[in-house]
Amino acid sequence: MVMGSAMDIIVHCGVPRYLHSDLPLGNPCGVPFDSTMQEQILNQALLLLEEANSANSIVRSVAKWPGAPSWRDDYSKVDESNREALRLKGLQRRDQQETDRAKGITRSAMIRDS
Amino acid sequence: MANDYNNAHAHDYDVQYMERTRNYYRAQGYSADYQWAHNKDTPFQPLNRRLCDSKVAIISTSMPDTKLGREQRAVYSTPIDPIPASAYTAELSWHHSVTHTDDVGSFLPIAALKKLSASGVIGSIASSFFSLPTEYSQRNTLNKDGPDILKRCQSENVDIAILVPL
Repeated sequence: MVMGSAMDIIVHCGVPRYLHSDLPLGNPCGVPFDSTMQEQILNQALLLLEEANSANSIVRSVAKWPGAPSWRDDYSKVDESNREALRLKGLQRRDQQETDRAKGITRSAMIRDS
Repeated sequence: MANDYNNAHAHDYDVQYMERTRNYYRAQGYSADYQWAHNKDTPFQPLNRRLCDSKVAIISTSMPDTKLGREQRAVYSTPIDPIPASAYTAELSWHHSVTHTDDVGSFLPIAALKKLSASGVIGSIASSFFSLPTEYSQRNTLNKDGPDILKRCQSENVDIAILVPL
């Protein structure tokens, strides 16, 4: 089963069982240092494991981000404030990938949000 | 039992990560969009035994926080005893501007699983968790890394694998 925070990607992919936590990417098991929430989420995952009886079984967990809901707005944002910086970043990244390839490193990391 | 779970439809407040990522790559000058895995048929295996008799393994997209783990993206096994204090996540596409990965429990449920193992809810935990590198090449994941992790799970007689991508 999968515990994650990207509903659209999981639905597109298709997985046997998915427990979705509505949290920023990076904390699919719960808010950092909130062990109570983390245990609740894991318990929900185990319940789903026991009870699901077909593929693509999806449940939303109890997770709730404690900050403002605006956290959703700026992930990988592209607008006039960063368009030129992103273009330059892409150029640098392709240079880096060429250097890596020359060193035999073929598994480059994905582009990350910053 | 009828399947009650497929009613959990996406909500309109869910972040559209695929669309955001496509636009982010295009803004960096990439003409070919990233291709996410899309399975026409999704496998499903009912539990072979009760949870309280099952051995559980964790698969994470984080890498070990070691020199090798930071430099080489590959499949790794890392012992769960002691629970690692950190994992290498800097290269992954999590939401760096609003959260952090300083608490491994927020993406590696080892401590929570240990509690459930101690109380008998699950049978046991695999002695290591497994790192799976995120990849542009679906072929690498399907033909190399996936089978590698399957072999590692089978060598420990794992019943349940929980994949926790960041």
